[in-house]
Amino acid sequence: MKSVLLLAKRELGYYLNTTWGYAILAMILVIDGILFNSFAMGQNTERYSTDVLQDFFFFSSGTTMIAGVLITMRLVAEERSSGTFTLLQTAPVSEAQIITGKYLGALSFLTLITACTIYMPILIEINGKVSWAQIGAGYLGLFLLGATTASIGTFGSAIAKNQLFASILGGIFLVLMLLGWLLGKVTEAPLDSVFSYIALFDRHFQPFMRGKINSESIIFYLSTTFIFLLISIRVLQSRRIS
Amino acid sequence: MIVVESLSRYYGDFAAIENLTFQIDSKEVVGFLGLNGAGKSTTLKILATLLSPSNGKIEIDGTDLESAPVSFRSQIGFLPEEPPLYKEMTVKGFLGHVAQLRGMPPSEFTQRFPTVIEQCHLKGKEEAVINTLSLGYRKRVGIAQAIIHNPKLIILDEPISGLDPLQIAEMRSVIRALSTNATVLLSSHNLNEVSETCDKLLILNNGRLIAQGTTAELASNLSESNIRIEAELVGSRKDIEKHLSEIEAIQSFDVEEEREDSLIVGIALNQIQPETLVPLLVERSIGLRALQNAKSELEEIFISLTKGGSQ
Repeated sequence: MKSVLLLAKRELGYYLNTTWGYAILAMILVIDGILFNSFAMGQNTERYSTDVLQDFFFFSSGTTMIAGVLITMRLVAEERSSGTFTLLQTAPVSEAQIITGKYLGALSFLTLITACTIYMPILIEINGKVSWAQIGAGYLGLFLLGATTASIGTFGSAIAKNQLFASILGGIFLVLMLLGWLLGKVTEAPLDSVFSYIALFDRHFQPFMRGKINSESIIFYLSTTFIFLLISIRVLQSRRIS
Repeated sequence: MIVVESLSRYYGDFAAIENLTFQIDSKEVVGFLGLNGAGKSTTLKILATLLSPSNGKIEIDGTDLESAPVSFRSQIGFLPEEPPLYKEMTVKGFLGHVAQLRGMPPSEFTQRFPTVIEQCHLKGKEEAVINTLSLGYRKRVGIAQAIIHNPKLIILDEPISGLDPLQIAEMRSVIRALSTNATVLLSSHNLNEVSETCDKLLILNNGRLIAQGTTAELASNLSESNIRIEAELVGSRKDIEKHLSEIEAIQSFDVEEEREDSLIVGIALNQIQPETLVPLLVERSIGLRALQNAKSELEEIFISLTKGGSQ
């Protein structure tokens, strides 16, 4: 556990001490701010605060997924291309500790970015009336979606040789899971239900936007995260053998 | 003691190393020599646990790599050719992080840090950001990370590559000092450097260990006919060639350079030491201006042992 926390601290420290971390933070907040101003608040028709909040969580889910891939693409790939991964491979830590530590560091930074968007729901609350339960459920959804995206990005980083390739791979896996709902519509049983179930956003995130905490979706996000982290660990273990 | 038994590593049908068996005593500096593709890097990577062996056994003071990999790793320190450094960190911050990663408590690190800084000649650079250091200093930080946790085996892959002569001399003294506390295993393409730094040599060829021992032991195993010298002889070419062909101790010779009043001749000796040749030349009134080994002793040994593999 000590090694996991040490690695997580090192990763979080990297994002907080380098331009890269602040560039991602600034980019996500600017995009979120622009989308909030243009789409959630900028419409001239009168709208319920709850709808405005749903819009906020809708586009925040997109920026969270982008941030998840950008943050995690360097986790293993950068260390491998710069040669520093040998430090970890020759240290008395297991592959599971390496992946878990790095993942937790990245997830902490992603959570920090997500937390920085809280001023937007507060603005809605000041100018209208929303339930804090809906805000809480929405943020829980964003956290789970971010955690899953980060695990997908970690997997991309574990198999890629460099950051660019890692981000492309992470992006491809992510898009495939996002398009699950579409594939579910054009395929026949039993594949349609499989594709519908893996739809990262459509089936599992939408209830959180509306303030509904769905246990099926929580289990889906946690199990998907676990599976991608497990495969990432196996990838690292296999590199010693191959 | 480091024990390696029947170590093999296959890539499909290709054997990168096969049946390597050797032992290294504690606190020895051992050099790994071999042509490109001989299996040096593969062996070092296996010892550093970066690669798993296909067969065989490795132990450090009884700790087996296969049955206790994490404990095994806590006993090794590894410096690859390109030092693995987090360049945005300071020297102290980086070494502190590595020490913790290798299970060293912060209080122990505080005690150990000044010793390592002194051993690696890094005094005054403790708070420097690694990115701002020269290659020589970065190599030393690389060694510092390999020894910060007091390992029993230190593995250095090409520790002097890219360094200037002054830095090489400093690195040599750093490496020698490391052997007071640990066994050092290094690989290098610089034969003279290996000869000066190491107590013992392991020579690999085509994935097999073909010789091991000190430079003197390896030299004594070679036939003297393999010794080649270079002499500057005074006189006409015709006379010199005539006399040299009459000396039985000379296996063969060739004129390498013709100067105004002398010849530079490469001579392969047959069953005698170079100094025995001098009276034979004087007997025949051949003027001798200079005499030297054509190649360094280690170079001679290395070429002799590996010539099969280079063909």
